[in-house]
Amino acid sequence: MTDIISTPRAAAPYQTDDFSARLKKRYAAERRFKLYGMAAIGVALAMLAVLLASIVSQGYTAFAQHDLALEIHFDPAEIDPQGTRDPDTLSDANYAALARNALLAVFPEVESRADRRRLTAMISNGAAFELRQMVMDDPSLIGTRKSVNLALASDYDQLLKGNIDRHVPETDRKVTDQQIAWIDKLVSNGNIVNGFNWRLFLNGDSRDPELAGLKAGIVGSFLTLLVTLGLAIPIGIAAAVYLEEFAPQNKLTDLIEVNINNLAAVPSIVFGLLGLAVFLNALNMPRSAPVVGGIVLALMTLPTIIISGRAALKAVPPSIREAALGVGASPLQVVTHHVLPLAMPGMLTGIIIGMAQALGETAPLLMIGMIAFIVDTPSGFGDAATVLPVQIFMWADSPERGFVERTSAAIMVLLAFLIAMNAIAVVLRKQFERRW
Amino acid sequence: MSVSLFLAVLAVLSFAGFHLGRSRAVVSAGGRLSRLHSVPSYYGLYVAMWVGLPALMLFALWTGLEGSIVDGMVRSSLPAAMAGLSPQEINLIMVDIHNLAYGNITSRVPDPALLTAAEHYKSLRGIGNGALAVVMLALACAGLYYARQRIEPGLRARNQVEKVVNIFLILCSLVAILTTVGIVLSLLFEAIRFFTKVSPAEFLFGLQWSPQTAIRADQVASDGAFGAVPLFTGTLLIASIAMVVAVPLGLMSAIYMSEYAPPKVRGSVKPVLEILAGIPTVVYGFFAALTMAPFVRDVGQSLGLSVSSESALAAGVVMGVMIIPFVSSLSDDIINAVPQSLRDGSYGLGATKSETIRQVVLPAALPGIVGGVLLAVSRAIGETMIVVMAAGLAANLSANPLDAVSTVTVQIATLLVGDQEFDSAKTLSAFGLGLVLFTVTLGLNIIALRVVQKYREKYD
Repeated sequence: MTDIISTPRAAAPYQTDDFSARLKKRYAAERRFKLYGMAAIGVALAMLAVLLASIVSQGYTAFAQHDLALEIHFDPAEIDPQGTRDPDTLSDANYAALARNALLAVFPEVESRADRRRLTAMISNGAAFELRQMVMDDPSLIGTRKSVNLALASDYDQLLKGNIDRHVPETDRKVTDQQIAWIDKLVSNGNIVNGFNWRLFLNGDSRDPELAGLKAGIVGSFLTLLVTLGLAIPIGIAAAVYLEEFAPQNKLTDLIEVNINNLAAVPSIVFGLLGLAVFLNALNMPRSAPVVGGIVLALMTLPTIIISGRAALKAVPPSIREAALGVGASPLQVVTHHVLPLAMPGMLTGIIIGMAQALGETAPLLMIGMIAFIVDTPSGFGDAATVLPVQIFMWADSPERGFVERTSAAIMVLLAFLIAMNAIAVVLRKQFERRW
Repeated sequence: MSVSLFLAVLAVLSFAGFHLGRSRAVVSAGGRLSRLHSVPSYYGLYVAMWVGLPALMLFALWTGLEGSIVDGMVRSSLPAAMAGLSPQEINLIMVDIHNLAYGNITSRVPDPALLTAAEHYKSLRGIGNGALAVVMLALACAGLYYARQRIEPGLRARNQVEKVVNIFLILCSLVAILTTVGIVLSLLFEAIRFFTKVSPAEFLFGLQWSPQTAIRADQVASDGAFGAVPLFTGTLLIASIAMVVAVPLGLMSAIYMSEYAPPKVRGSVKPVLEILAGIPTVVYGFFAALTMAPFVRDVGQSLGLSVSSESALAAGVVMGVMIIPFVSSLSDDIINAVPQSLRDGSYGLGATKSETIRQVVLPAALPGIVGGVLLAVSRAIGETMIVVMAAGLAANLSANPLDAVSTVTVQIATLLVGDQEFDSAKTLSAFGLGLVLFTVTLGLNIIALRVVQKYREKYD
C-alpha cells in the first residue's frame, strides 16, 4: 500500500530507442573489431600464400628440362686420330664438333655458314663437356654411334616451356622465327626429350642457365652448417648450463646476460663485418671458406641456442635436482646425469631453430667473400665455397630468363631443407617432451 | 701432418689415458672401490685431461701464431733487393711465395729468389709441423706419466675434473662478451681509420653520398662524398613503411589470436604465421624484386604516378610482411600477460569484448607492445637482403616512397662485396656505417628490452 508500488514505473533505460541504438552501435563496433583481427590474419596468410604461389609457379618448371636427343657418332678421326687412347689427347679433342655434326645431320637442308652457326647455337656450351666426360669415363665408346641426351640451350628450353612467347614480334624475342621452325621440326622428329632436370642437382654453378646446378651450394651449405653445429652446440649448451645452473648472481653474469640478449638482436650484417675484420683481416683465415662462414654463423646463432637452452633447463623441476643432490651427487653430476638429459629435447628445438636460421642467412656470408663464383664442389672446410642462399642471391641477379626459373627452384630446395629441419624439430619435441 | 691427423692422434692418446687411469685407480684401491675418493671413471677422466688439454692448448696456440711467425722469418730472409719495396709490394710477394709453396698459380713468372723463398717457406712449415708433432706427443706423454703417478685412492679426482669442466663452462659463457667486444673493437678500429680520412661531421651531416674514390689522381669524379644523411633517411623511410604494414597487421592478429580465436584456430594458424618468420630473407628479397616491385610499378603507372622500378614501397611492404610474426608473437605474449581479473572487471561493468580490449587490455599492455615494436624497428633497420635486392643503390635524399632509395645495410653490403683494399676511404666507410648501424640498433634494443622487462615485472 505504498506509493512506490502504485506509481507507474518509468520506462527502463534499456528500453529507450536511444539505448537500443547505442547498443546496436556498440555491437556493430564489436563485430567490426573482430573482423579487423580476422582480416589482419587473412592478409598475413594471403601474403604467405602469394609468396609461396609465386615462387612455386615460377620455379616448378625448372625441375624438368628439355634435352636434345641426338645420334652422336664418336668419330675416331675427330677424337683420337692416332688411336693412342692417351687421356691428354682424349681430353683435348673437339667434342663440340661431334655434337654440331650430329645436329647438322638432322638438318641436311641447312647450307649457309650463318644458318649453320645459328642452328648449332641451339646446343648448350656444356654439351661438349658432357660428351668429353662420357668418352673419358668409357673410351670404348670411340668409333660407335649412340643416342645421347645433350643440354639444349636455355632460350629454346624456355621457348618449349612457354616462357618465351612465340607470338610477340620477332625483334622482341631472343629466338628467331627460323629457330622456332627448327625447334618445331626437332620436336616432331622426336629429337627433343623432356625429363627430370638432373643437372640442377648434379652440376655446380654456371653462367649458362641450362647447366647451372646447386650441387656446389648444397655441399657448401652442408660444410658451413657442420662447422656451425660443431661450435654452436657445445658452446651454447655449456653457456646455458653455466648461466642457469652454476652462475652466481654478480656483475659478470649480469653482463653476460645483457650481452646475450643484445647479441640476439644485432643485425646479421654486423656479424659479417666482425668476420671480415677479425677472421679475414686480422687472423688471415681463408676467404670464402666454410670455416669462416661457419664460425660467423655460430656466433650469430649462439644467443638463440643459449636463450632457448636456458628456458629448457628452467622447465626441469627443482625436485629432480634436489633428489639427486640428496643421494649425494655433485652439482655437476646433477646436471650431466639428470637435468641435461631431461632438458635435451627442449634444447634440441632451439638448436634446430638456430640451425635453420643459419642455413637461410646470406648477408654475413657476403661480407666474408662467399659470393665468389664457384663452379667446383668444395671438398674441405678451407676451400672456396658458396652456400645455397648466396647462390639464390647471385642467380636472382642474373638477367637471363632461364635463371628466374632456376632461382625459384633453388628457393624451393632451400625451403624444403628448412621445412624438413623444422619437421624434425617438431617430431623430436613431440617424441621426447615430458610434462611434469 | 694435417690438422685432423693431429687431433685424431690426440684423441686416441686421451682415450688410452682414460683407460690407463681408470685401471690404475682400480688397482690402487686393491679391489675395494669404496676406498677411492671418486668413482673410477673420474680417475680416467683426470688422466685423459692431463694427456689431452696441454697438447690441445699448444696446438691452438701454434695454429694461431704459426702463419705470422713463419711469414716473419721468410720476410726477413728475402734478398736485400726486395727490402726497399713498399709494404704492399712485399705483401704481394708473400702471397706469391705462399702460392708457389702450395703449387698454386702465381701472379708473375717466378724468379729464382722467389723460388728459394718458397722453398724456405715450405721447409720452415715442414720443420714447424714436425716440431709441433714431437712437442705435442712429448707433452701428451708427460701428462700421462704425471697424472698416472698421482693416482692414489685419496686423490680428489672428481673435484679436479669438475674444476676443469667448470672453467670450460665459464669460458663458453664468455664467448658472448668476446663476440660483443670483437664487434665493437673491429668496428671502432676500422671506423677510426675512416674518420681520419673523412671528418665525422661530414659523415653524419653531409647530404651527398657517392663513395667512388679515384684510383688515379687525375681521374674524373675523383673525390668521393661521404655524407650519410641520404642513407639514414632511406633506411628510416623503408623501416617506417615496414612498420606501417607490420604493426597494425601484427597487433590485430595478436589480439584476435589471444582474445577471440578458438583454441583450434589458434593452434593451426599460429604455426602457419610463424612460417613467415622462418623464410630466409633472401627469398623475401627475390619476391620483392621480382613480384612486388613490378606490381607496385604497374599499379602506380595505372594511377598515373611515376614509380621507379626499385621503389622503397615494394621493399618496405615485403619487409613489413616479414616482421608481422615478430610483432604478433611479442604482442601475443604481452597481451596474455595482462591478468584476467582486469578483463573480468571490465566485463562486469558491462563492456563488450572489443571495448575491454581497447580500453583495458591494450592500455595495460602498451609499454610492452611499444618495447616489442622498438625491437621490430631495430630489425627493420638492420635487415639487409630484402633491401639489397629490392631497394636501389643510388642514395637519394627523398621521402617519397615511390622513389628508389638506398639504405645503410645496402651500402655496407655493396661496398664490401668483391675484392677490396683496406686503406681506401671507400671500403672503410662501410665500417663507419656499420658502427652507426650497430650503435642505433643496440640503443633501440637496450631501450626495448628494458621496457619489456619492466612491464613484465608488474603482474608477477
